[in-house]
Amino acid sequence: MNFRIVSALVMRHLFLYSRTPMRMVELVFWPLVDLVVWGNVTVFIQKNSDEKFGGFILFFLGAMILWDILFRAQQGVAISFLEDVWTRNLLNIFVAPVRTAEYLSSTFFVGFLRILITCVVMSFVSWIGYSFNIFQLQWWLVPFFLNLMVFGWALGMISTALILRWGQAAESLAWAVPFFIQPVVCVFYRVEDMPSWSQPIAWLFPATPIFEGMREVMKTGTMSWSHLWVAAGLNVIYLTLAGWLFVWVLNLTRKRGLLTKFATQ
Amino acid sequence: MPSPPDTREVILEARDLTREFDGVKALDKFSFKLHRGEVLGLLGANGAGKTTAMNCLLGLTLPTSGELNAFGLPLQANRIQILQRSNFSSAYTALPGNLLVWQNLSVFARIYGVPNPKKKIAELMELLEISHLSKRVTGQLSAGESTRVNLVKAFLNDPELLMLDEPTASLDPDIADKVRKVVRKVQRERSIAILYTSHNMRDIEEVCDRVIFLHKGKIVREGTPADIVAQSSSDNLEDVFIKIARDGEILDEPKKDSAV
Repeated sequence: MNFRIVSALVMRHLFLYSRTPMRMVELVFWPLVDLVVWGNVTVFIQKNSDEKFGGFILFFLGAMILWDILFRAQQGVAISFLEDVWTRNLLNIFVAPVRTAEYLSSTFFVGFLRILITCVVMSFVSWIGYSFNIFQLQWWLVPFFLNLMVFGWALGMISTALILRWGQAAESLAWAVPFFIQPVVCVFYRVEDMPSWSQPIAWLFPATPIFEGMREVMKTGTMSWSHLWVAAGLNVIYLTLAGWLFVWVLNLTRKRGLLTKFATQ
Repeated sequence: MPSPPDTREVILEARDLTREFDGVKALDKFSFKLHRGEVLGLLGANGAGKTTAMNCLLGLTLPTSGELNAFGLPLQANRIQILQRSNFSSAYTALPGNLLVWQNLSVFARIYGVPNPKKKIAELMELLEISHLSKRVTGQLSAGESTRVNLVKAFLNDPELLMLDEPTASLDPDIADKVRKVVRKVQRERSIAILYTSHNMRDIEEVCDRVIFLHKGKIVREGTPADIVAQSSSDNLEDVFIKIARDGEILDEPKKDSAV
């Protein structure tokens, strides 16, 4: 792994974001729309329910901010790849001395930066607008952040591999993949609220114990360590499998001669 | 008397390179050697196998069979090491259009680990007479300007092996002439081995020391541009190209009044 090459690839994205303010707006605009909708729903429920439930309902806002960590990390990987496709730069990258791990690491870092920007803005607005302080999750926020970011990276690699395999026709997967899993990772409801047959499926994803943990911390101030260990273990498996899938698809496209067609279409 | 063995350093070598797509051979036992300081033209009609050959040589497509070595090393196993000493420019790829020219070149200078990148970029831009484009948006450049920016990127790491895919495509004759002259000048000064594809026979005659004609993935003619013309019944390389494209493995007898 050559960090000079990783930094060069990150630099390319920083140049891009600095030159196109609309990309920065995109990082903030949609999360804010979500925040306002859920914030208002939360206020409405709070006003029409008893005090205990009204306080608890704030978890909607926490869930939304944490979901955005996962989503932005996934987008960091998938959209960074698509930027190279859209600008016909992919071939230049693949014929430069860039290892797959270096390329992916740069997209991970871009994902990390995207999360930071989005989270800072959302945390501030939710605090000012809805009196919701994300830091009430205390230091638990750190493992929540890390686990969701790593799972987002894994989903990003899976999305990218699928796009690489099926070409630009599959581009919409860059946005769709996180939403395929959203219903089963229990972002806005508990695992026990799901139909019983689907509950074991929910526990197959590392995001599930994190969202369960978040609700637990907001309710009791602490959470079960086992949730964190399960999430971390699953993340190791997902990241390994997603990395393997990406490399396998990349080699497959080389074997079938699809890489050049895809990069120049 | 047998000719003396060729002692020049081999930079790139393909041995019996075959690439099939759905049972059709795009390259059929393609073999060649490219020596240090040599410019080798790869010619052929559309679909002759040039692009497939180039893609295999760049490691973008894996050959079905055969061997590929660069700098004496197997290409697939030493891809990164080889790419560090090589570069590529094509009329069909672009640097990101939404960045400024200097930003794009800085990114690639960093990827290749170019020492003193600002100075290097400035020197190359001056050589290609595009210093004034440094702060322009890459996507707003004309075809000629864009080609020259791509060439700056291709020369950034002082490559020992350079692959140029139709570098003068869509350029007006004046710019094409400038590009050819710069390529030849830099190539001679730095003894670069260049693999060059083009449909412009003037390019080939001016730039290439030796050419290979491909037809249906096979080599059908090989030699210096002058020798190839002399060995055919045609008057120029363009006619040879047309005959090969239409008739395939041409059976022309050498011209009787050949000067060579």
